[in-house]
Amino acid sequence: MHNFDFVKPATLADALAALKSDGAQALSGGQTLIASMKQRLAAPATLVSLTGIPELKGVCIGEGGLHVGAATPHAEVAREAAKHYPALAALAGGIGDPQVRNRGTIGGSIANNDPSACYPAGVLASGATIVTNRRRIAADDYFQGLFTTALHEGEIVTSVVFPIPQKAAYVKFDQPASRFALTGVFVAKTADGVRVAVTGAGGDGVFRWTEAEAALSANFAASAIAGLTVSPDGMIHDLHGTPAYRAHLVKVLTGHAVQAAA
Amino acid sequence: MTKVSMTVNGKSVSGEVEGRTLLSSFLRDGLGLTGTHIGCDTSQCGACVVHVDGRAVKSCTVFALDVAGAQVKTIEGMANPDGSLSVLQQAFQDNHGLQCGFCTPGMVMSAAALLADNPSPTEAEVRHGLEGNICRCTGYHNIVKAVLQASGQDVSKIAAE
Ligand SMILES: Cc1cc2nc3c(=O)[nH]c(=O)nc-3n(C[C@H](O)[C@H](O)[C@H](O)COP(=O)(O)OP(=O)(O)OC[C@H]3O[C@@H](n4cnc5c(N)ncnc54)[C@H](O)[C@@H]3O)c2cc1C
Ligand code: FES
Ligand code: FES
Repeated sequence: MHNFDFVKPATLADALAALKSDGAQALSGGQTLIASMKQRLAAPATLVSLTGIPELKGVCIGEGGLHVGAATPHAEVAREAAKHYPALAALAGGIGDPQVRNRGTIGGSIANNDPSACYPAGVLASGATIVTNRRRIAADDYFQGLFTTALHEGEIVTSVVFPIPQKAAYVKFDQPASRFALTGVFVAKTADGVRVAVTGAGGDGVFRWTEAEAALSANFAASAIAGLTVSPDGMIHDLHGTPAYRAHLVKVLTGHAVQAAA
Repeated sequence: MTKVSMTVNGKSVSGEVEGRTLLSSFLRDGLGLTGTHIGCDTSQCGACVVHVDGRAVKSCTVFALDVAGAQVKTIEGMANPDGSLSVLQQAFQDNHGLQCGFCTPGMVMSAAALLADNPSPTEAEVRHGLEGNICRCTGYHNIVKAVLQASGQDVSKIAAE
């Protein structure tokens, strides 16, 4: 790994100032970035740790629903969100392994937007709002493709606000070696209808399965999607699963998620 | 080089590190605490697990400077004060929960964190809690049994497979 200057500010203002320097990059839990740096896929000149900033941490109920600070580790979301939004807490509690959950954070996960990551499905299905140091971004506008988001240079996620659905569940089919989702589906039923977000399948990353949303909004039962088919076109193809296999999983897991939520 | 200080196994320590110095390197090369093993260096195997402020982390995927000031515990801090094995370590020995021993420091640290959170786990909870630790020798069964025994549960009915 190339060397770099390490800074650990105690306030968001200091972090934003430090991020203005040339080649500076945010470090949250490091569970993705450190591996990329070891492979020299990333070589920041300065790393700005976000883990010592109290205003970026914690889970609480506030305006618009459940607020999760960007630098809150997955394990803390699993514990603290359980009574407010159990499906989201369960998602966080199923990420990776205990050590990854003790360091990895929601901000790092959605900034990275790995096509097989869990949080993007929870954020998109919940219709959450991504709050940055500059603006508020609707989940529908935020995820823009493989490892691509609406974030600009120097912009950081500060929190994510989740409206709390009436019923919800995330069902993940583990890829047992990486522990990421081979395919995962998050279903959320709200007063305005049902949202279904799929991770681990789309070649462009997380996406909404709109036909299932329409069917489930009319009738929130696994049988409502029985007649639907999922096209494998554009789905991820790797040694763990073909596009057709993933398309099949999308439908099966959606049914399981509806049952788990009901 | 920057000076870093933290508390390791109850003692205040400090050393000179670079930005890129991993906690695992600081512990092993800086402090000579080579009980923390490096198996994969890619956050897959769990051989490098230590506790930072009471929580299990993979020390190969944490920068030393990011945990400046923290309370760190390594396998060297796990024995009883008189040097005898702790209940958990003794349970690994009693149940043949190790063979080559390479994964054992990480297994013990992960298991200790698991038991601190959940003092009487089920077998399924132990397996879930050890998902971040890979063992190439034992087949896990005796490790799980050791953790259950350390939690004070009766393991005599669990067959040694
Ligand atoms: C063994 C293993 C298993 C895993 N399993 C899963 C899994 O099952 N499901 C899953 O979803 N994930 C999984 N992960 C990934 C894990 O959830 C990571 O924590 C996550 O992807 C990145 O979060 P981080 O806080 O570690 O970010 P970092 O690694 O610190 O940063 C990642 C990227 O985001 C940027 N960044 C960080 N914070 C912010 C911010 N607030 N604003 C803007 N940019 C920011 C960084 O600059 C960097 O580019 C796994 C990881 C490992 C090592
Ligand atoms: S050496 Fe850290 S997880 Fe393998
Ligand atoms: S005892 Fe050899 S790797 Fe676990």
